[in-house]
Amino acid sequence: MRRFFPYILIVFSALIFLIRLLYLQVFSDSYTDISENLAVKAEYDYPQRGYIYDRNGTLLAGNQPAYDVMLVPRDLKAFDTLEFAKLLNLEKNTLTKRIERAKRYSYYAPSLITAQLTKSEYAYLQENMYKFEGFYIQKRSLRDYQLDIGANFLGYIAEVNTGDIKKHPYYQSGDLWGKQGVEQYYEEKLRGVRGVKYIQKDRFNNDLGSFKNGQYDTLPQKGKDLSLTIDARLQEYGKKLMKNKRGGIVAIEPKSGEILTLITEPTYEPSVLIGRKRSKNYTKLYYDSITRPLFNRALQAQYAPGSPFKVLTGLIALQENVVDLDDSYSCYGGFQYARGQVLGCHNHPNPISMVNGIAHSCNSYFSRIYLNTINKYERPQQGIQTWQKHLKSFGLGQYLGYDLPVGRKGFIPDSTYYNRMYQYPTYKWYATATVSNGIGQGEVLTTPIQLANVTAAIANRGWFIKPHILKSVEGKAISDTTYTNKHYTTIDKKHFEPIIKGMHQVYKYGTAKWIQIPDIEIAGKTGTAENKKVIDGEVVQLKDHSIFVAFAPVDDPKIAVAVFIEHGYWGSRYAGKIASLMIEKYIKGKITRTDLEKWLLNNSPKEDYKKIDFMVKNDSILENLNLNE
Amino acid sequence: MSNTFFKIDWLSILLFTFLIAFGWISIYSTTLTGVESKSYLDLSTFYGKQLLWIVLSFVIILFVLTIESKFYERFSSVIYVISLILLLGLMFFGKTINGQTAWYSFGGFSLQPAEFAKAAVALAVAKYLSGLNVNIKKFKHQLNVFIIIGIPIILILLQPDTGSALVYFSFFIAFYREGLPGFYIWGALAAIIIFVAVLLLGSTITSIFLGLIFFAIIYFKSKQKSSLLKPILIGLLCISFTFSVNFLYNSVLQPHQKARFEVLINPNVNNKSSGYNLYQSEVAIGSGGFAGKGFLNGTQKQGRFVPEQHTDYIFTTIGEEFGFIGSALVILLFVAFLSRILYLAERQKRTFSRVYGYGVFGILFIHFFVNIGMVTGLIPTIGIPLPFFSYGGSGLWGFTILVFILLKLDADRIKLGS
Repeated sequence: MRRFFPYILIVFSALIFLIRLLYLQVFSDSYTDISENLAVKAEYDYPQRGYIYDRNGTLLAGNQPAYDVMLVPRDLKAFDTLEFAKLLNLEKNTLTKRIERAKRYSYYAPSLITAQLTKSEYAYLQENMYKFEGFYIQKRSLRDYQLDIGANFLGYIAEVNTGDIKKHPYYQSGDLWGKQGVEQYYEEKLRGVRGVKYIQKDRFNNDLGSFKNGQYDTLPQKGKDLSLTIDARLQEYGKKLMKNKRGGIVAIEPKSGEILTLITEPTYEPSVLIGRKRSKNYTKLYYDSITRPLFNRALQAQYAPGSPFKVLTGLIALQENVVDLDDSYSCYGGFQYARGQVLGCHNHPNPISMVNGIAHSCNSYFSRIYLNTINKYERPQQGIQTWQKHLKSFGLGQYLGYDLPVGRKGFIPDSTYYNRMYQYPTYKWYATATVSNGIGQGEVLTTPIQLANVTAAIANRGWFIKPHILKSVEGKAISDTTYTNKHYTTIDKKHFEPIIKGMHQVYKYGTAKWIQIPDIEIAGKTGTAENKKVIDGEVVQLKDHSIFVAFAPVDDPKIAVAVFIEHGYWGSRYAGKIASLMIEKYIKGKITRTDLEKWLLNNSPKEDYKKIDFMVKNDSILENLNLNE
Repeated sequence: MSNTFFKIDWLSILLFTFLIAFGWISIYSTTLTGVESKSYLDLSTFYGKQLLWIVLSFVIILFVLTIESKFYERFSSVIYVISLILLLGLMFFGKTINGQTAWYSFGGFSLQPAEFAKAAVALAVAKYLSGLNVNIKKFKHQLNVFIIIGIPIILILLQPDTGSALVYFSFFIAFYREGLPGFYIWGALAAIIIFVAVLLLGSTITSIFLGLIFFAIIYFKSKQKSSLLKPILIGLLCISFTFSVNFLYNSVLQPHQKARFEVLINPNVNNKSSGYNLYQSEVAIGSGGFAGKGFLNGTQKQGRFVPEQHTDYIFTTIGEEFGFIGSALVILLFVAFLSRILYLAERQKRTFSRVYGYGVFGILFIHFFVNIGMVTGLIPTIGIPLPFFSYGGSGLWGFTILVFILLKLDADRIKLGS
């Protein structure tokens, strides 16, 4: 025993050491990270964010420098909290809390203490920074907006939060990234790549020079400059016309799918979401549940399309060969689809065929040919599926796939939907139950950009390119096939001509004859959407929505536009006028009808908004819409 | 001398060479800052000086091996007395570095007599225990041998150098081999275990736990109808010791010594003050990972985060740059070397040589155990070097002399007879 005791000592201690070393070196990861942070400090160099231009090279978003105060808690030394708080323009308590939060977040990684000081605040602080060890100033770039337009498609930049960092490890506390709009969708292009310099530190936190001769260092890469498809002048002009109104305008160049204008009203100035006041202003905008300025109506508002949808009903009926262009139907001031159930109509020449039906927006005619389409098939389920397939080929009832981060699918019902609704097969349902679809009401919902895209597809006589907002990167035109490939609709080209003729007559002699533009031939379609809402359990009749879709010139379309004005009475009252002015502005570059422009600037449904806002309080007026022509 | 050349244990020398070489590489990497000249013999650097000490140690080895092996036994008392005088002389002529008066300074360099005293005490202990009438089972002889190691302990404590003083307790391994009653060893082990248990769990829980153990023992003993007096007494002693731990800890230990326990027990100790050394040491070793960061590539090392890295904390460089593989290799080298020393000690025919061999083993083992235990955070900080690795001429020469006297005795074991 006595002879073996020393061997036991050797083996026992060696085993303990090996186990301990295994734990420290192999099984415990924490030491590896801490080591990198302890001995090597990374210094970051943030590149300028890419500029954003419009299609003509007008600068929309540039940069301005800003200065963040950062803290590495490990390096913190005792300091005069009160003095520092005063320099940072913070409450002493707030400062203390933020320091505690930084310590909780990480002892070694930098945390943001206060963001985006102005240049003058920075200059004063810089002189005093030596007193506050552990704190340092990080230069970043903030947006600088040249024009007061486009908040809804530009988006904004904001600090990443802790949750974002977990999901996107590229970012660190205090980093800025794009939120909403182009800033978010093209974040990686715009931000560039952060440069990093590794500095070897000694235990007193002195620099020992570059770590490993800088072999791990990287240079910052400047963010890429983007040119958008937006026409800043048109965007600005549309915004002016939308004064005191609510709704959206979407204009697309049909042959390229480029979004020329994307307007939502009410909106906000992009400059309110810059810098230190961003958070406060954002909260204010976020909680404005009446006008909802953060809600991008052009992309997100789902309205029943109303009469413009009749154009699609016509196209589908022609394609399904259930109506001839010469077939006329009588309209007796309404369409009786069941006993005692009449879909009302208004005065127009009688009987009526396709082209005139569009020009005069006859409810009876389109109800009938819609029923013909559905009833072509043995069972209404098959009819609805065919109808839905045609509509989907126009990009309806699904995400359009444009390059902006928000959107809605809209809604195009299918047979499953009606089967569930009418409890099939316990009960049967017939085409007449869905007749409202034929005139763009009932279950159908679309967003303004979807309507604009449909208009572009009609202008192209049967195809469209997915709407998109990015035109070129650093001067190089986009090559992404998603935004260059043609998507053909299921409607043959020949069926478009009579429909377009009808839409041209809308402008010449029909529902939009009051908005003539000299020398420009327009094809359009008005819509007036009846608007009911359930408030406190009662159905309340609200003012109609005003809708207009159009493209021009008829023979060589350069612009397709969809305008939607909430509670705008009827199609040509607001929406039609705005659309015609937008077309003139885009094609001619100037406005000849200044009286019309003046009228729009001085008139708006704002009295109606007041009444409605009072009624709905904090409820949303954009949901549960019920529209009628 | 030619006889020695053929009979000497070349395996020990091989292992010794490996340790010395690995040690110098570590010092080179630790103290190289990249700005000084590239010459390995640049005497303004630690690695340059250490290389010089290594070269000079060859001279010392030749010297040690040339002397008649009988000389060490015969003159052991003289050597012992001289080393005591040298330790005592520190009080008058010693140079104080970092609060410790442990060095004699000669112009450019210093000597630390405590490093040489280890070999001297080992010789003296061996000499005494090999005496014809000496039996360590007798209390009187135990007392004498305790005095032999006690005097240098006291002199070293006066410097004050607690770590070096602690080394002399390693002679208990030799005493135990020669017949020292087991309760010294087991009692010490029990005291250490209880001490740690009380610090971790508190005295109440520890005493309840001990009470249960001894209750069980007494229960079984009473069934066997054997004497109950001994277990009851031991049990009471252990439990009363439990309650004196707090007194020992709070009143006997110095504040800085208490702090060294504190950093091991309490994980929330401030990593910037008392916990700094241990924390930095663990970080450096841990950051090496499995394969290490590569020779000369340690980042913690370059930042000089680990204090005393070229001396007591030299193992952290190995851990950081050579990873688990390198660290394990060093441990296995020590295991091989220590086992070989034990083997040599046990094969001696003369009591003197055997006791000396065990003394050598004990001294090397306690350095190895305490040093690596300390840097890996297993035992409290005790500042003693890692043999053959830590920077320092006195230490290197002290260990070299210690080992090569054994090798000389071993080479001549047949000639010396029994």
